[in-house]
Amino acid sequence: MTPIKVYVPKDSAARSIGSDQVARAIEEESIKRGLSIAIVRNGSRGALWLEPLVEVESGDGRTAYGPVQVSDVVSLFDAGFHLGQSHPLSLGKTDDIGWLARQDRVTFARVGIVDPLSIPDYQEQGGLVGLRRALAMTSEEIVTEVTESGLRGRGGAGFPAGIKWRTVMTTAGDHKYVCCNADEGDSGTFADRMLMEGDPFTLLEGMTIAGIAVGAIEGVIYIRSEYPDAIETMTAAIEIAREYGWLGSSVLGSGQNFDVRIRVGGGSYVCGEETAMLESIEGKRGVVRSKPPLPAIEGLFGKPTVINNVLTLASVPAILADGASAYQSRGVGRSLGTQVFQLAGNISRGGIVELAFGVTLDSLINDFGGGTLSGRPARAVQVGGPLGAYFPISAFNVSMDYESLLAAGGMLGHGGIVLFDDSVNMAAQAKFAMDFCAVESCGKCTPCRLGSVRGSETIEKIINGEDRVGNKRLLLELCEVMADGSLCAMGGLTPLPVRSALLHFEEDFDSRRGVRK
Amino acid sequence: MTLIIESDFGTPASSREDLVNVVIDGIEIEIPTDTSIMRASAIAGISIPKLCATDSLKAFGSCRLCVVEIEGRNGTPSSCTTPVAEGMRISTNSARIDRIRQGVMELYMSDHPEICAAGDECEMHGMAKQVGLQQVRYAGRTHLDQPKDESNPYFTFDSTECILCNRCVRACDEVQGTFALTIENRGFEARVSSSGTSFIESECVSCGACVQACPTGALTEKTLYTIGTPTRSVITTCAYCGVGCSFKAEMRGDELVRMVPLKDGGANEGHSCVKGRFAWGYATHEDRITEPMIREKISDPWRRVSWEEAIEYAASGLKDLQAKYGVDSIGGITSSRCTNEEVYVVQKMIRAAMGNNNVDTCARVCHSPTGYGLSQTFGTSAGTQDFESVEHSDVILLIGANPTDAHPVFASRMKKVLRKGAQLIVVDPRTIALVRTPHVKAAHHLQLLPGTNVAIINALAHVIAEEGLIDRDFVQARCDKESFARWEEFIRLPENSPEALEHATRVPAQSVREAARLFASARNAAIYYGLGVTEHSQGSTMVMGIANLAMATGNIGRPGVGVNPLRGQNNVQGSCDMGSFPHELPGYRHISNPKTRAIFEKIWGREIKAEPGLRIPNMFDAAISGEFKGLYIQGEDIAHSDPNTSHVHAALRAMDMVIVQDLFLNETSKFAHVFLPGTSFLEKDGTFTNAERRINRVRPVMASKTGKAEWEVTCDLAKALGYDMDYENGAQIMDEIAATTPTFSGVSFAKLDELGSIQWPCNEENPAGTPVMHVEHFVRGEGRFMETPFVPTDERASRKFPLLLTTGRILSQYNVGAQTRRTANVIWHSEDILDIHESDAELRGIADGTWVKLSSRVGETVMRARISAEVPAGVVYTTFHFPESGANVITTDYSDWATNCPEYKVTAVEIAPSLKGPSEIGQHQVHSDVALSSIVRMANQIAANVPAQAAPEHAVAHHIEQFWTPSMRLRLINEADRSQLSPIVLRAMELDLDHSPN
Repeated sequence: MTPIKVYVPKDSAARSIGSDQVARAIEEESIKRGLSIAIVRNGSRGALWLEPLVEVESGDGRTAYGPVQVSDVVSLFDAGFHLGQSHPLSLGKTDDIGWLARQDRVTFARVGIVDPLSIPDYQEQGGLVGLRRALAMTSEEIVTEVTESGLRGRGGAGFPAGIKWRTVMTTAGDHKYVCCNADEGDSGTFADRMLMEGDPFTLLEGMTIAGIAVGAIEGVIYIRSEYPDAIETMTAAIEIAREYGWLGSSVLGSGQNFDVRIRVGGGSYVCGEETAMLESIEGKRGVVRSKPPLPAIEGLFGKPTVINNVLTLASVPAILADGASAYQSRGVGRSLGTQVFQLAGNISRGGIVELAFGVTLDSLINDFGGGTLSGRPARAVQVGGPLGAYFPISAFNVSMDYESLLAAGGMLGHGGIVLFDDSVNMAAQAKFAMDFCAVESCGKCTPCRLGSVRGSETIEKIINGEDRVGNKRLLLELCEVMADGSLCAMGGLTPLPVRSALLHFEEDFDSRRGVRK
Repeated sequence: MTLIIESDFGTPASSREDLVNVVIDGIEIEIPTDTSIMRASAIAGISIPKLCATDSLKAFGSCRLCVVEIEGRNGTPSSCTTPVAEGMRISTNSARIDRIRQGVMELYMSDHPEICAAGDECEMHGMAKQVGLQQVRYAGRTHLDQPKDESNPYFTFDSTECILCNRCVRACDEVQGTFALTIENRGFEARVSSSGTSFIESECVSCGACVQACPTGALTEKTLYTIGTPTRSVITTCAYCGVGCSFKAEMRGDELVRMVPLKDGGANEGHSCVKGRFAWGYATHEDRITEPMIREKISDPWRRVSWEEAIEYAASGLKDLQAKYGVDSIGGITSSRCTNEEVYVVQKMIRAAMGNNNVDTCARVCHSPTGYGLSQTFGTSAGTQDFESVEHSDVILLIGANPTDAHPVFASRMKKVLRKGAQLIVVDPRTIALVRTPHVKAAHHLQLLPGTNVAIINALAHVIAEEGLIDRDFVQARCDKESFARWEEFIRLPENSPEALEHATRVPAQSVREAARLFASARNAAIYYGLGVTEHSQGSTMVMGIANLAMATGNIGRPGVGVNPLRGQNNVQGSCDMGSFPHELPGYRHISNPKTRAIFEKIWGREIKAEPGLRIPNMFDAAISGEFKGLYIQGEDIAHSDPNTSHVHAALRAMDMVIVQDLFLNETSKFAHVFLPGTSFLEKDGTFTNAERRINRVRPVMASKTGKAEWEVTCDLAKALGYDMDYENGAQIMDEIAATTPTFSGVSFAKLDELGSIQWPCNEENPAGTPVMHVEHFVRGEGRFMETPFVPTDERASRKFPLLLTTGRILSQYNVGAQTRRTANVIWHSEDILDIHESDAELRGIADGTWVKLSSRVGETVMRARISAEVPAGVVYTTFHFPESGANVITTDYSDWATNCPEYKVTAVEIAPSLKGPSEIGQHQVHSDVALSSIVRMANQIAANVPAQAAPEHAVAHHIEQFWTPSMRLRLINEADRSQLSPIVLRAMELDLDHSPN
């Protein structure tokens, strides 16, 4: 008798709330009951509010239950969940869960569905189609395909991936690199991690395609040390891909050489900045480099280097598999394809929402996120990580794409969205932005190294009522110096949350009310 | 005179030649591609504010003061990191830029002392004013409570003034290549750190690059505080090693405040080492003797006398000796520490006033084999390249040299190219620093046994010949076919294979083969070598082997290649150029040539003897035999530096008139009858010639402490000896050199002042000098290959003396230490230490840091042992900087067969634990006919080594005629025991050996 497949996520978000224990309990209970059950530790579907989300393969698709606690396991068996029977935790068919069904999963198409380390699973779900097609194409054709897809850098800068690849492709070099930036440090972001834990082969496939396209023979994934599970999964995936004949001296028998290794970060936020990341990979202090030279021309160890974020590279297999036009038919304006949004903070239904560009912030927060978790009125949302702008409710109708957010005084960043309710003190949040910059600045350039400390001190003075008018003016002048004078986005973007907080929530700076120390 | 401020263009020059047109603040300029906007602006005469940029370092972009606006581009890029592009229109000023600059300076000044101890040395207050900063509105956390690091004797690190521009860290990395400094922590907590410890305990080598680079008072010379701000500067040349760095001597009144390396210096391009930068305090040390002194017997106390009395006493003593013992009974030694002009005058005095050729120089004991070997093969006695050449090398073969200690500023240049990817092959018994140093790793370390250089060079050449790696096009076009054919036949003999020589050298044959292939296959391969090549019984053979290898692989005559001796002393090249050798007149012309002699005879008005005079070791032998009685020694401490100390002492004791001209009383002056005070380099007016043949000006920065120039004293002595000799100044001496010496014919002080420096040959053909030699053809026409048989030294390890001692120098000390021992450099190295391998130490019960007795066949001494992995088992190593340990008590009389350069690098020794430290050097019984036994030994050695397969007796006879005095030749013929002479020598003697040319 074929064992019944039960999916219990191994994603670290799910594990953090007991999915390992649930998996063990299901296994023990099945043995006790003499049932033949095969537990698959899949990635997360991204509906974090439903984790641990247990699914059962029931012939006509998967049936979902969640959030499942260990204490629910006996009753699930009693109810016959393994046969897809109903239970108070039943969510129906997974594919019918509206929160998921309304998404447009391209990059995350396989996450939560496949066994992350199974190549057969991967291929069954469309894996390697893009790479096989790329292997039959010329470098020029691959780069053109990626360029035409409209794919832009998902790390935050939004630079067209195809143009970057073309620069590397056309720069002469005896050795070129593809570096994947997996130093996902923004508060409220987790898409890179979930992809690496839930569908590592997609990232490897994207990197391999990039390598074939630009003539690189070595890939490096720079993963932050705070992601031990992602490191473990990626490491295992690389090994499996090598054994399979995918990575190594002849990619899928093509005779082309490409291999990937992992470099673990040292716990510094600024190493997510691409040049600081290169320094860190080279074994140096994680300090930002001046550009030019562009990494595409002189990157890792001085060689031409493609640097892309996890989500950028993981979008490539689908583009190659389905063609540029399928991808670029999604989205608005110059923001084409899909964006993997991450809902976090004080939100009732947090998780991954992948949609074409152009959805409104309001739709993400209310339709998907369900408003605040606390139930109190929402007051502000920060889009794009700790260096992103704060938006008031009045601005929630902004279209979520690169250009619209920029026009609204913000930025998309890595797609992190953090919601705050009305208990937030925005002067304290502004000070936090400066404090964060002070802690995480690499210390190379003056505006960031000294400006962040002076910024925090000045906001403190404003809060304390010391010459508010003069110090606000000083703060805004400092913001200009940091924005225009800083070497990289760390110091350059720190003024974004500060200025937006002061612009939209000035009342919080004018009193000591509710300041959390 | 005023303080010289060198302009700083902010970023290094572009290496590109194609030009682009840009407009900066309305000024159109054409500038090489890849030039930074900052540099382009500076060239256009527009000064952009900057703190982290300086043109000796790559652009960094951290201070953000140099931001500019570019038409059509967003933002405000930093001008130091942004290169110009065709058609770019740049504004270096705007209201927005002003706001950024003022904002940045306001941030800086919010964490900077209100008053800087270093005054204007700190650029911060001036910069704040320049950008128009009115007030600092911030008050908050600062670093003003950080402690100072005063641990380095020469400079202070005051973190409170530090602005984190990283210039010190970058200078340590990019310029010096030591990587001793870093930034600790990040953000506001980021601080410059000497890698987590104090400067003195760190890897810092005190080169001063960080001090030089610092734009604030954070890194400052201590003398700036103790003496004050300098008010004027004089450009001059360092008096330590053969790199010959140019410095600005910065003075306050008559007091030297600091030596600042000159960016325009051809040899050093703004870099320095601990000795030149900081260790100049000896020049005004209280031990300086500034008045002449005389005494009758060396046991008498010294008596201070007038210059007149001292000169008269010396001259009459010398004249008496010549009257009693003959014209040839006296002579002199020139110093490689003195200027070309001073040396020229001494050899002139000896040849014209004393009337003989008994002049030699301390180059005898260091690079005389270079002179011999390169003359034979290339036709001139000097390195082929300029220092800059190394930056074009793909493979560097480094033999018997330790540049990071002995030629630190050149080592930094070499490390720069190695970090860029050039490959390094090290041939050395010791694991020198360059074998493995930050970001440098030698591709091969051929760790040979001391004394087997020739075996290695032959094995390398053998592989190249056998494996078809010879550059036949070059050989065909540039070299003498006949000598090449003979050499090729010789080198391909199986006895020269790496496998056959593995036993002698202890170097695995496979490593030799790989190194040979690497060398031969390089686009540009260069050879650099030091005293580890020359100071051997086969030193000259090895130099010729090196020249053969360079010719066979076509590595001569363009940048990036060549044969490059790293000269030890500041003016060793110059002292050789100036005719200091007994067989040569200035410009390396043999004394037997009547045409050459006529040039000098005409100007000097005296007849010059046609036969060579005595070499230094011959002088010692002759003194002990009672034939040589008087010696004038210019600035050299032979009793300390020459080998077999007790033999030297016996020779000095046997003389009746020893005249020492020096800064300090030293080991040699203990045997002297007249002491003539010398002048330091800070008082001299003349020139030094460095290892790349670069003639640099030495300018007086203070008045002579003795009241006389050194050449003036020599002239006074010559006059007292009855020869009228006078000059108005150093320039006039150089004019005489130019008038008599073809390679110097275009040189004058005026031209040097105009060009900065000149590399000889400088003549009508090459009016601005010659950076790379042998470009079209060799100086001698065709390059000549010489056969280089490997003849092992007679100094071999035995049961009684099972270890081989090799000697060398250390970074902080210099040669006999007369100067560096009188500076704070002693904190790094205060005694000579014997390095010994763990297994040799264990075998003898020697613990790290304990006293050991070191004995050889000629003497013994005591020093402290250090267990070290830098030496292999069977080899021990020490330095010779301290008279107390007297390493040369141990070294032997063995010397190079062709030039008598002593074999300092190989002495068979034994060591044993010792209960007590060093004591007085004992008197040694000297065999009375030491001169005759030396003659026999030298003759046999020439016969064994001379490169000639057929009729070697002709070569031996020729060699002896070229380099021996007539009296030595006569003694060989008339007195030597024929049973002790080799058959080749006997056959040579049948040729016309007693014939004296002219």
